[in-house]
Amino acid sequence: MLSLLIWTPIFGGLATLLLARDESGLAAAKFLALLTALLTFCISVLALLLFNPNLAGMQLTVDIPWITALGIDYALGVDGIALALIVLNCAVTALTVLAGWNVKRQPGSYLAAFLLMCGFVNGVFSATDAALFYVFWEATLIPLFLVIGVWGGERRVYAAIKFFLYTFCGSILMLVAFIWLYDYLGSFDILLMHRSYIPAEAQPWIFFAFLAAFAVKIPMVPVHTWLPDAHVEAPTGGSIILAAIMLKLGGYGLLRLSLPIVPDASVEYAWLLVALSLVAIIYIGLVALAQTDMKKLVAYSSVAHMGFVTLGTFIFSELGLTGAVYQMISHGFISGAMFFCIGVLYDRMHTRNIGDYGGVANTMPRYATLLLLFAMANAGLPGTSGFVGEFMVVLAAVKANLWWGILAATALITGAAYSLWMYKRAIFGAVANDRVRALKDVDGRELTVLAAFAALVLLFGVWPLPITNLIDVSVAEIAAQVARGKL
Amino acid sequence: MAELNLGAAAPELFLFLGGCALLLLATTRLSGRLLLHGANLILAGAALLLWLAWPAEIGAAFSGLYEVSALTAMLQMGILLATIGALSYSGDYLAQRGMLTGEYLALGLFAATGMLLLAAARHLLALYLGLELMSLSLYAMIALRRDDVRAIEAALKYFVLGAIASGLLLYGISLVYAATLQLELPAVAAAAADAEARGVLLAGLAFIVAGAAFKLGAAPFHMWLPDVYDGAPTAATMFIGGAPKIAAYALAIRLLAGGLEPLVEEWSGLLASLAVASLGVGNVIAIAQTSVKRMLAYSAISHMGFLLTGIVAGSEEGYAAAMFYAFVYALMSIGGFGMLALLSRADAEFEMLADVKGLAKRNPAAAALTLILMLSMAGIPPLAGFYAKLAVWSAAVGAGWTWLAVVAGLFSVVGAFYYLRVVKLMYFDAPDGDAPAVALRGPYLLLAAANGLLIILLGLFPGGLLRACQLAFG
Repeated sequence: MLSLLIWTPIFGGLATLLLARDESGLAAAKFLALLTALLTFCISVLALLLFNPNLAGMQLTVDIPWITALGIDYALGVDGIALALIVLNCAVTALTVLAGWNVKRQPGSYLAAFLLMCGFVNGVFSATDAALFYVFWEATLIPLFLVIGVWGGERRVYAAIKFFLYTFCGSILMLVAFIWLYDYLGSFDILLMHRSYIPAEAQPWIFFAFLAAFAVKIPMVPVHTWLPDAHVEAPTGGSIILAAIMLKLGGYGLLRLSLPIVPDASVEYAWLLVALSLVAIIYIGLVALAQTDMKKLVAYSSVAHMGFVTLGTFIFSELGLTGAVYQMISHGFISGAMFFCIGVLYDRMHTRNIGDYGGVANTMPRYATLLLLFAMANAGLPGTSGFVGEFMVVLAAVKANLWWGILAATALITGAAYSLWMYKRAIFGAVANDRVRALKDVDGRELTVLAAFAALVLLFGVWPLPITNLIDVSVAEIAAQVARGKL
Repeated sequence: MAELNLGAAAPELFLFLGGCALLLLATTRLSGRLLLHGANLILAGAALLLWLAWPAEIGAAFSGLYEVSALTAMLQMGILLATIGALSYSGDYLAQRGMLTGEYLALGLFAATGMLLLAAARHLLALYLGLELMSLSLYAMIALRRDDVRAIEAALKYFVLGAIASGLLLYGISLVYAATLQLELPAVAAAAADAEARGVLLAGLAFIVAGAAFKLGAAPFHMWLPDVYDGAPTAATMFIGGAPKIAAYALAIRLLAGGLEPLVEEWSGLLASLAVASLGVGNVIAIAQTSVKRMLAYSAISHMGFLLTGIVAGSEEGYAAAMFYAFVYALMSIGGFGMLALLSRADAEFEMLADVKGLAKRNPAAAALTLILMLSMAGIPPLAGFYAKLAVWSAAVGAGWTWLAVVAGLFSVVGAFYYLRVVKLMYFDAPDGDAPAVALRGPYLLLAAANGLLIILLGLFPGGLLRACQLAFG
């Protein structure tokens, strides 16, 4: 089952790549890509049905010896958290393929890259062997590197290489930590790492090696600087995947590896992570306020929102962890939708500068309505999915320490400020210029994508139960592991 | 001791006789391409002989000069296959430059014979003999075009510095002999464990390490390498960058892990500093290069740093990891220089970074193979280069050299930059207006595809080869 989730999009992507080599196969390649993406999504839903959320531990497991010389297994398995993120990934990939339908340059390779990405990311979420995890983790870099570099904006080369080297540097340290654990435990099995005793003097080293990889990916202050660059230069689809999926890999890594493997070091250095999270929430929120480029604004707001994820994670309470996971999923939908909305405007006007717009509501009423919803969700308005996760984390923070809660809650104000202020400047008011006057409203394809995002944002805003039910047991397990410690 | 057993050296003898036959045939009117096929057939024949007589257990032949073992066979097989690969890539390149002659091919076969001998050596003199046979043939291969100033300069540099290295090695060997009164490697190991003249032995060790580092091209004994790689005709560079690296690994393993095993405490520290220096020099200076050939030369230095990291571990696991690294590196290096040779034309060498610009548009197949090579060299999974690195790091951490693994890891990030720059030039940049179109002929396309596929397959299923490497060390 999980193998299907990984290999269907990869082989579909390769087939798309082959099919799209000449002009005649292009249309077929595009449909193949869409079909693969939808099929993958259906498989993920099937996996959801087969999964029993009331059981602790890994389900749908696969374990085949792979590289026996190095003790590496092809071992897969998911818990509720991983499965929720896999479904998110498959859903967003399908929408991204639809969003990238009309790319001008080499559309076949473009869509194929996202399918490959989808398979690799599913691999990361389902790997229970550390070396396999690392293989998929690094493999995700290649498609996104090419997507940014080939289809990106003017400074795409700088952004692509910066993105690659930043994440690669962090990952290498994680790999060394894996190797150390392998040497110590004699296995790359992540579940064994969860169970085994790790000496106190080694824990901080492993913790910070993991943190190097995950902090870059999430990204946390102060290693977040690659993200605005990458987002601004990436094409629309690249931005959607980057914000909706890639950032979640970091958050997932903390939950799957850092907390259970080195719980004592996690608790010991929680103060640092909480402080960095609060800096991300407050300071980066203010930075977002000052942006004139729409994509940069949303990119910074992503950093601020991911601050909630790390804050919730390092409070260690069940409520905080649930909030963190919920926030990851909700942010996947909201940021994906925001970047797609910006892409819709960019396709028409070829500018992301807020000052170039104004009065778009007059010419694109349907678009303006939907964007308002996403802007509200981005600000964390009750009734949208953005509210649920943030609220849980703030609540958990208040329980842990009143001041953390108060500081985190300010994000609800800055979030509203930058989201709605951008909306006001770009969408409301009189029509700013002739180019805005000439804008056409969204077409059927764009509307489909936006409506799907909107439905998900509203659904999980008013009815969080499906997600919380799915992740409850897994979250409780992680919280218990941290509380128990290893020393 | 074992009697004269010609069967043990059947591949070497076959190769040597084949080389002689090729020299004779070169005087006839047979075309160079035919001779090239002949040379490849001879190499394949030697590989077949080796395969048929794959030794099950360790033994000795020629009065202990020669080791018969799975390790020998593995190394020899790697050398033979790498030689076939390098020669196959170079057909057109050599023909266009009038170098596709019986002499070049015969020298190639003699060099391969030397390497096989080196890989099988169980005795210090046999080791030295193999090394010299290899080196002298290589000098001549570079210098074959006597009107090419750059090639002559490269050959002379290689010769002078190579001779110094051989001298150092020989001096080291003589000091070891003075301290142990033995030349057979197992006997040296036994005597070295409790040698009285420890000072002499250590001095010998230092010279041997320096000599081996010279041959590997590890910093700070790397000075010759960029100039030789850059100046030599690309086909010769490809030859030097492939099989001889496996042979140099064999040299290091025979001397250090074989003869001087008791001094592991001493030499692992020495090698660790060589490894760090190579990683630093190779990766950092490669960034500043404008020529792909020189860049690959510095990258070769950095790869030797990774390889040494495995040997430093001083464990069987580490030697096996380094052996795997040597094989994978030979595969990647031959592919890299092979691309340069294939894309060169009679009147224009393909060697500057600017030549690579927009290759994805001019020749998608060549760009795709180069992409695989670059990512593999950078150590990105799931390609072969990643497992090579993973294996050596794993061995290093296992032997308590965690800091070395961290240093190597960080330098691999530095390395990723210049490999990615090639990818960037190929895929992100548009070709220059006057850049010539480049095409690959059918058989070469097939060869390149096979090379790329092998790297991917070794990336997906590295287990078999890795296991074989580990078994070779028991």
